[in-house]
Amino acid sequence: MPNLKDLKNRIASVQSTRKITSAMKMVAASKLRRAQEQAEAGGPYAERMGRMLASLASNVQDSGNGPKLMTGTGADKVHLLVVVSSDRGLCGAFNGSIVREAKRQIARLQGEGKTVKLLTVGRKGRDQLRREYASLIVESYEDVGRRRLSFSDADMVAKKVLAMFDAGEFDVCSVVFNKFKSAISQIVTVQQLIPFAVPVAADAAPAATEEAKPVYEFEPDEEQILAELLPRNLSIQIYRALLESAASEQGARMTAMDNATRNAGDMINKLTITYNRTRQAYITKELIEIISGAEAL
Amino acid sequence: MADKVEFELVSPEKLLKSLPVDMVVVPGTEGDFGVLAGHAPLISTVRPGVIDVYEGERIVDRVFVAGGFAEVTETRCTVLAEEAVALSDLDRVSVEKTIKDLSEDLDDSKSDAERAAVEAKLAVARAKLEALGASSAAH
Repeated sequence: MPNLKDLKNRIASVQSTRKITSAMKMVAASKLRRAQEQAEAGGPYAERMGRMLASLASNVQDSGNGPKLMTGTGADKVHLLVVVSSDRGLCGAFNGSIVREAKRQIARLQGEGKTVKLLTVGRKGRDQLRREYASLIVESYEDVGRRRLSFSDADMVAKKVLAMFDAGEFDVCSVVFNKFKSAISQIVTVQQLIPFAVPVAADAAPAATEEAKPVYEFEPDEEQILAELLPRNLSIQIYRALLESAASEQGARMTAMDNATRNAGDMINKLTITYNRTRQAYITKELIEIISGAEAL
Repeated sequence: MADKVEFELVSPEKLLKSLPVDMVVVPGTEGDFGVLAGHAPLISTVRPGVIDVYEGERIVDRVFVAGGFAEVTETRCTVLAEEAVALSDLDRVSVEKTIKDLSEDLDDSKSDAERAAVEAKLAVARAKLEALGASSAAH
C-alpha cells in the first residue's frame, strides 16, 4: 500500500510544477504578442526594399553584370548554413525540428560532395549540432536579442556573413529558421541568401502595377546602388528570419507550456484519487482491526 | 499647387512616418534634391544628413538620417533609413562626446575592417554635428 505522506508530497510537487508552467505560458503569450508586433512593424521596410530591388534588378540583369551577391561566385562548392535556434529550452519541438532540418541539409550537401560550414545563432542549436558537426561550426552567437531583438543584432550577423563572403570562404549561403505561422504551428524554412534570388518584379510589387510601373532614374548608377542595397538586403533578410524565429519560439513555448499545465492537472487529479482511496483503505483497515479486536474479547 | 507627395520614412524596425506633404528635401549622395508632386521616378542612395519636410513654404519637420535609400515616384517619396532621429532630439553635447570616443577608437583600431567600421560611425556622428550647427545657425 502506498505511503500517504509520499503521495501528499508528490501532489504538492506536481502542483508547484503546474504553477511554474502556467506562469511560463502566460509570459510566453505576452512575449509572443510583442514579437508578433515587432515582426509586423518590420514588414513595410522589407516590402519596399523588395520593390526597389526588383526594379533595380530588372535593369541590371539586362546589362548582364550584376554584383557577386546577386549572381554568385560562379562556383557551388562551399555552403554556409546559418542555423537560427533559441537560447532557452522548454519550447517543445522548436529546436529539435530546426536541428533535424539542419542535419538533413548537411547530409544532403555532403552527399553531393560539397563542403558545409555552419554559423549558429542561439545556444540550443549550437549545443546540439556541436555533438556531430563541431568541426563545421565557424561562428556562433548567443544571447542575440535577449531583451528585445534589434536591427543591430541582425546587422552584426550579416556583417560576419558578408566578411566571410568577401574573403571567399563560401559560395552559397542559406538560413534555416522557424517561420511563424500561428502559435501552434511553425514551419521550418530554408531560405537562400547568397546569391540572392531577386523576386520577379511582377509579384514583388503589386502596389506598383496600378501606377503603371514607373521607369526609374538612378543616382548614382544602378550598379552602385545595388552594391549598397544588397548587403543591406542581407541584413534585412537575416533580421526577418530572426524576428520570425523569435515569434515562433514564443509560440512554441506557449503551446508546450499549455500542454504541460494540462498534463500536470490530469496528474494531480489522478494522484488525488489515489490519495483519497488509500486514505479510505487505511481507515477501513483500522476499523476492521478495532472491530475484530472487540469481537475477540 | 494643391498636389501633395506621400512621404514615407521607414526604418528596419518600423514605419516611422507616413504623411502627405508639399515638399521634402532629401540629402542624396550626389547632392540634395527636393521632391514635389510629379517628380520623375528616381532611386537614389542617401548620405547621412537631414531630411526637411515642407508644408507650404515652412519647414514643419526635420529628421536626421544616417544614410539609406530613397525611392521617388510621381506621387510618393519613400526613404529607407538606417537610423532616423528627429533633429530636435539630437543633443550637441552627447554627439560631441561620441565623436571624441570614436576618434579614440580610431586610434586604437588595428585591422583595416575595424578602422573602416569606426570611420563610418564617425562620419555619421560628424554629419549629426553639422546638422546641429546648421539648425542653430538658422534660428
